Amino acid sequence: MSEPLAIDVSGMTKRFGNRTVVDSIDLKVRTGEIFGFLGPNGSGKTTFIRMLCGLLRADGGSGTCLGFDVIGESEKIKRNVGYMTQRFSFYEDLSIRENLDFVARIYGIPERKAAVDASLEKLGLASRGRQLAGQLSGGWKQRLALAACLIHEPRLLLLDEPTAGVDPKARRDFWEQIHELANEGLTVLITTHYMDEAERCHRLGYLAYGQLLAYGTVSEVIRTVGLTTWMVKGPRLAELAGRLRKEPAVAHVAAFGEALHVSGTDAAALEKALKAHRSEAYVWSQVDTSLEDVFIHLMGEARDNFS
Amino acid sequence: MGHPTSFSWQRFVALVVKEFTQMQRDRLTFAMMVGIPLMQLMLFGFAINSDPKHLPTAVLLTDHGPQARSLVQAIRNSGYYDIVGTVTSQSEADALLDRGEVQFVIHIPEDFSRRLWRGEKASVLVEADATDPGATGSAVSALRTLATSALSHDARGPLGGLVTPPPPLDLLVHARYNPEAITQFNIVPGLMGVVLTMTMVMITSLAITRERERGTMENLLSMPVRPLEVMTGKIIPYILVGFIQVSLILIASHFIFHVPMAGSLALLYVVTSLFIATNLAVGITFSTVAQNQLQAVQMSFFFFLPSLLLSGFMFPFRGMPAWAQAIGEVFPLTHFLRAVRGIMLKGNGIGVVADHLWPVAVFMVVVLFIGMKRYRQTLD
Repeated sequence: MSEPLAIDVSGMTKRFGNRTVVDSIDLKVRTGEIFGFLGPNGSGKTTFIRMLCGLLRADGGSGTCLGFDVIGESEKIKRNVGYMTQRFSFYEDLSIRENLDFVARIYGIPERKAAVDASLEKLGLASRGRQLAGQLSGGWKQRLALAACLIHEPRLLLLDEPTAGVDPKARRDFWEQIHELANEGLTVLITTHYMDEAERCHRLGYLAYGQLLAYGTVSEVIRTVGLTTWMVKGPRLAELAGRLRKEPAVAHVAAFGEALHVSGTDAAALEKALKAHRSEAYVWSQVDTSLEDVFIHLMGEARDNFS
Repeated sequence: MGHPTSFSWQRFVALVVKEFTQMQRDRLTFAMMVGIPLMQLMLFGFAINSDPKHLPTAVLLTDHGPQARSLVQAIRNSGYYDIVGTVTSQSEADALLDRGEVQFVIHIPEDFSRRLWRGEKASVLVEADATDPGATGSAVSALRTLATSALSHDARGPLGGLVTPPPPLDLLVHARYNPEAITQFNIVPGLMGVVLTMTMVMITSLAITRERERGTMENLLSMPVRPLEVMTGKIIPYILVGFIQVSLILIASHFIFHVPMAGSLALLYVVTSLFIATNLAVGITFSTVAQNQLQAVQMSFFFFLPSLLLSGFMFPFRGMPAWAQAIGEVFPLTHFLRAVRGIMLKGNGIGVVADHLWPVAVFMVVVLFIGMKRYRQTLD
């Protein structure tokens, strides 16, 4: 590989008491890449990110982040990383400008006032600089947090569910900005629950119960899981779904509006099993497996493994 | 930019600016920090008196001779007793004491004057409600000297023999530094230490805990800041608040209570700044241990109460048993009280005050060390 890796870690492990929250994760993220981290709540996404930027001490693992040792050089990593927390974590009793100014001082930005002005301007917050951060709406808070994370020109951006509680327009603007930043060479590691956001990432990792279950581009992830998916339309889908779930060849059934998605790992066995349920009233067709099908499948599987 | 692990002035300044701005926004807390010393000053300064006078007293008088009358008059003139009534029987006297309507009942038996005339020894019984020994103590001791002097005026002629001859030695008591035993002279300087202990410890113990509760700690930790920068950055603005409090109390003590200022004001401020810094260090250390703001407040009280009780502010320090004195010696407030009273009332100079300063300094260093160890660089 010609381009250097922004994140290259292996065996990253974190335990809280006797509960393993992050279980030996290996991850390679290329420079300038937008890497998406997906997974249910409590799957260890936030914990992993916190370990990367030195907020949590890893119980195991090694590697580099931006070329610095991920265990021993967290001070150097902190200088080059912008971390946007899940919950708004700037000072609500400080104004927008004061928050940015504080961060600029902490990182020792040389032309501080100019940098703060530029940051306000760029984010369209110039006219609201004096407003208290606590009075901002969710979308504006997110913009402010991103601006503050970028003020010291980090090389890696860690975003923990940045778009939770943000309206669709603001989300779209946000993603456009992320892509612009990535074009400029910034590496972005982002966690999300949204499938449309996952599809906007260059590559993905699916995390459940502390383990990385799938990894790669969207099509790679879909391919490695190897699901065959059928779509069925017709009356009383809920009853049909109940019957289908009893078939051993059916891995999972999910409702998508007026249709059901029925997936299985063994294409032949699935087709055979579905034959029994075919009737005049229903229209069956084989469809491409979507990312969502894959994730629903992975979630179900992981639960089986852990229960 | 220095080495990332060394103390950075620029990050320190960033934190100080932030704390000042936040303090300025939090008007209620700031008002409280100024209000608490004023309120305590009024309460302790005006309301507390360790030398209570005008205590309600009943007289059980069955003798109406002139000696009995002059004794009652002398008792009344002492200022300690307010004769609120005369009772005629023991049961009536008991009832008044039981109900707490009087603090004292003075019995003058019917043969009081007669025995005096005969040249015999007469006796007077004083029953005191001694549930609170502090309330009766000085009144009772005033009565002892009163009894001998009250009758000397009447003890003429045949009564001359009753006058006690002067004792072979002359006892001279010179109550120095506060000859009139004005409670305020003792309380008001001490109050400085109490107010500082209460507000400084509590306000800083909330400081880091608040960052953690609001989620801003996660952000702060993800930035390259050092524990010492966070701690000192949070301490500095409150040192200023502490000085405002001390100045308010000093102004009131001079203009309202007329407490003397025998020593150097500059020295007093030097001592005070060390004491403020120590209390802030305690607060910061608490906040690194406490999980939330409620715990932080509870811990502050855990520190404040023994400080208050064992320092000699509330009760005489030398009146406590040795073990309690030993615990009291640990608290910075104990030494601060000695230093402040020493400077204001006795005019102590740096030589004497230094003896009270080093225990405070040692305490601060130890506490700050614990705080630094406890301050978590991570969220673990």
